[in-house]
Amino acid sequence: MRSSRFRIRRLAAVGGAVAVVAAAAACSSSGSSGSASGGNNSSTGTVTVAVVSNPLITGQMIPLTQSVFEKQNPGITVKFATYTEGDLRAAIEKDVSTHSNSFNVVMIGPYEAPLFAKNGWLVDLSKQYIASDAAYDASDLLPPVAKALSYQSDLYAVPFYGESSMLYYNKQLLSAAGVTMPAHPTWTQVAAAAAKLNQPGKVAGICLRGLAGWGDNMAALDTVVNTFGGQWFNMSWQPQLTSPAFEQAANFYVNLVKSYGEPGASNDSFNQLLTLYGQGKCAMWYDATVAATSIATEFPSVYAQTGYAFAPTEKTTSSGWLWSWALGIPQGVDNQSAAWKFVSWATSKQYDDLVAQKYGWSAVPPGTRTSLYNNPSYQKAASAFAGITLQSIDGTDPDHPTVNPVPYVGVQYVDIPQFETLGLQVGQQIAGAIAGTESVTQALQNSQGYASAYSPSELSGGS
Amino acid sequence: MTIIEDLVKPPATGIRPRGVSRREGWQRRLPLLPALIYTIVVTQIPFLVTLWYSFQNYFWNQPGGAHWTGVANYKEVFTDPSFRSAVVRSVTMTAIAVIVAMVLGVAVAVLLDKKFLGRGVVRTLIITPFLVMPAAAALVWAGPMLDPNFGLINYLLEPFGVHHVAWLSTHAYGSVVVVMIWEWTPFMVLIVLAGLQGQASDVLEAAKVDGANAWATFRELTLPHLRPYIELGILLGSIYLVNAFDQVRLMTNGGPGTSTTTLPFYLYQKVNYAFDVGGAAAAGVVTVVLTIIVASFALRMFARVFQFEEAR
Repeated sequence: MRSSRFRIRRLAAVGGAVAVVAAAAACSSSGSSGSASGGNNSSTGTVTVAVVSNPLITGQMIPLTQSVFEKQNPGITVKFATYTEGDLRAAIEKDVSTHSNSFNVVMIGPYEAPLFAKNGWLVDLSKQYIASDAAYDASDLLPPVAKALSYQSDLYAVPFYGESSMLYYNKQLLSAAGVTMPAHPTWTQVAAAAAKLNQPGKVAGICLRGLAGWGDNMAALDTVVNTFGGQWFNMSWQPQLTSPAFEQAANFYVNLVKSYGEPGASNDSFNQLLTLYGQGKCAMWYDATVAATSIATEFPSVYAQTGYAFAPTEKTTSSGWLWSWALGIPQGVDNQSAAWKFVSWATSKQYDDLVAQKYGWSAVPPGTRTSLYNNPSYQKAASAFAGITLQSIDGTDPDHPTVNPVPYVGVQYVDIPQFETLGLQVGQQIAGAIAGTESVTQALQNSQGYASAYSPSELSGGS
Repeated sequence: MTIIEDLVKPPATGIRPRGVSRREGWQRRLPLLPALIYTIVVTQIPFLVTLWYSFQNYFWNQPGGAHWTGVANYKEVFTDPSFRSAVVRSVTMTAIAVIVAMVLGVAVAVLLDKKFLGRGVVRTLIITPFLVMPAAAALVWAGPMLDPNFGLINYLLEPFGVHHVAWLSTHAYGSVVVVMIWEWTPFMVLIVLAGLQGQASDVLEAAKVDGANAWATFRELTLPHLRPYIELGILLGSIYLVNAFDQVRLMTNGGPGTSTTTLPFYLYQKVNYAFDVGGAAAAGVVTVVLTIIVASFALRMFARVFQFEEAR
């Protein structure tokens, strides 16, 4: 009948619309674009900043921007778009690569900065601004962090905070269970301690990340893989995800979190674990060194009981990761001078002083500037964790992350464009193994399959 | 209808026996054109663009833009096991949620059809889950309700020996389906209740006089009477739930692993996390074709439902 055929055709149209929503939604980035009021060189206008929703940003950077920065710079309005880590990556990658220019400032890290810079997506901060801004004092930035954010010796992003990874433990719970923790533990020792400390339903022996994502569960697992002697690719770019060392490390990590980890681990990453640890539900916690700052400010009673150990090792001498949440300016956006004003303010020594005045010295964003670690007030306030944080960051070597040589750069990531997808796919498989929907062997076989989809020449072209 | 047609029919002059002149036809269509053009602009043009992209190799995270790649994207879609499993998962999830919601919906509707004190209040409360925004509901379920450490469900189940179940990890698929059922049961209740209220009371009285018990009355009289309403509820529920995205995105993010990755989420992930515009476009086109096939069957059923109604 005519009418029913018409209906079908109309339905096809609607179906078409539904299908393109997925594609079209990608084009409409959230966050409004910078206003066109100022030209490229005037230091006024709206600056839209894409940031990750971590405590140091939502609890300090955003309120201080409104109460201090905008008052000092009446011509500049700063708007924040906050995302969780995974969503932030997607939003920024989309925005920067398509030159949508919705964000005048993006929060990125050592994975993105060199890759984006190589593609010509970022402003060369060293040449454009730092060279003519002596007060910024880029030589004060911690060398490993600055190096990781550089491409061809120029900074393309400047660090808001820097971090390695380390082990936190609750001294009260450890002494009650008769466990002592050395400053440089091995994973074998940590696993034995977790077994003793675990009280099902009350306290997890060790809290570990399980949420799928290369910056989430894979960041922690990669450091374990490295110290077990595993690697993502061998020197001829063949994937090594089913190699004995990788498999041993993945089995170790998954079994550890399944046996003695927090319940529901496959949905947990930094923020969830910070809450759990802060509420005394973890005897040990392996995560970013920056967590110490948040424990100190948000959970004072647990902070008083917290002990710190270096990232556990097995076959290597150190195994901490290296990361920094840093601010960069995409190429071609409006109001770049205003954007740099904000970026340089948020990553300056003055910002550290400001935070110290408002929230105390222990709350200052760690891991970016040498001067902070030489500051007596900071040394005093953060004596418990400042030293180990600095040593952990200094101990990282993204060029030689594991036992054997690798063709890539990166401790807890592989600095190639394909890793954005591959890291997530493998992270999903590991999360599935942690949740018990599949075995570790199966998860790694699937992961090896994803990695094998790329040819070695494709992969090496990216490095 | 015929009266209106008679009214607008031009007088029989013998010149245009078929009725409407061409000019008059356009005069009738003209007011509809803006809507038609709008529909074309927002549905057909994006679809053509999607079709174009489905033949391109276009990754956002690789410089160089898009280039022609033929049917490679389609080949990938058909050989990708995760696409197939996403299709299967979408279908089973929708089927389970709709059927269970309907069974519960009929049961609740029959109860709500009885007269009792406070019926109005209860009816309003029952419908509430359907009125809550799906995204807000998903967040409440994921956080305060199902959280393994702080969740209400675990707290309530603790006296019964259930300890810290990580619902969204170990029972992710079931949890998502339960939330879908929770949201859609009220909708089914509404539709079935409308049907029940249309049931003639004399028929029920006659059954009572003839000595039929409650179950027999329900099975032999009420259920056949409700059939078109049930079909309608299942059809509408399926159309909405097969597109369900909020619950998956906000409760499990498609995981753990890929255990709750439905078709809409698969497409979303392909663009937003893999930046694979070409592959996502091809998967989208395949989805549209599958949808059209399924929808044309469903629409036929829809038409039959209404014919059945008219025939009554």
